[in-house]
Amino acid sequence: MAGDSKARPPTDPAVDEAFKRELVKLIPHLRAFARTLAGEPAGADDLAQDAMMKAWDARASFQMGTNMKAWTFMILRNQFYSEKRRSWRQTQLDQEAAERTLVAVDDPEAPVALDELRLSLAQLPPEQREALILVGAGGFAYEEAADICGCAVGTVKSRVSRARRALHAILEDGSYERDGSAAGDAMSSILADAERLSTVR
Amino acid sequence: MIEQRATEDRRHAPAALDEARLRQQAIGVRLRQMFDEVVSEPVPDEFLAILRQADKKTAENG
Repeated sequence: MAGDSKARPPTDPAVDEAFKRELVKLIPHLRAFARTLAGEPAGADDLAQDAMMKAWDARASFQMGTNMKAWTFMILRNQFYSEKRRSWRQTQLDQEAAERTLVAVDDPEAPVALDELRLSLAQLPPEQREALILVGAGGFAYEEAADICGCAVGTVKSRVSRARRALHAILEDGSYERDGSAAGDAMSSILADAERLSTVR
Repeated sequence: MIEQRATEDRRHAPAALDEARLRQQAIGVRLRQMFDEVVSEPVPDEFLAILRQADKKTAENG
């Protein structure tokens, strides 16, 4: 097309194929990062898809052999923040979060611990949440997380430790005291789960 | 000397600190589990379809 001014450098089909294979392997991780960062499945998959396509379009700028997971995570979080700035679906997200809270209260069978953790995580400032997810769940070193977030290693360290303290405090305090269930129930069910998991392993 | 003091510190370490550490570990385990649960979900077909589509477009343009 004459109007296509964004001409890309010619691509090598074999290199493209290798890139695609690696990218496909990373999809589950991108989905997990999007879900924990954005906190809501449908919007999170949109975010993960956008990030995947941005990575594909930018493949010429990726150096094979370097950390592709970190590179795609960086694309995803940049996408997340730019969409957030356009207050992407924010109202809807808030509504859904509120509905989930109600459902969790109404349903005695709801898995309390995971849901409480999810809601607590959503209460953290995004920079703290992202640092904690990358280091605490994504398996990145502080240095890698700093590259992904575009900040200093020390900043990541302090965000992670503030996030841990805040999460602990949110789970411990009375913010989940409702419907007659005692405060601290979330924490005790998390403890019980952790114990069960560690005996399984 | 130093070793002795370290032992003493450990003995006097408040139980609350251990408890807090345990709780932090539990939250960490849960967080990882939350992440890993999504990782182990099957990838929706949509992802692969979109990528296939993009790849086809490249082949046509190239």
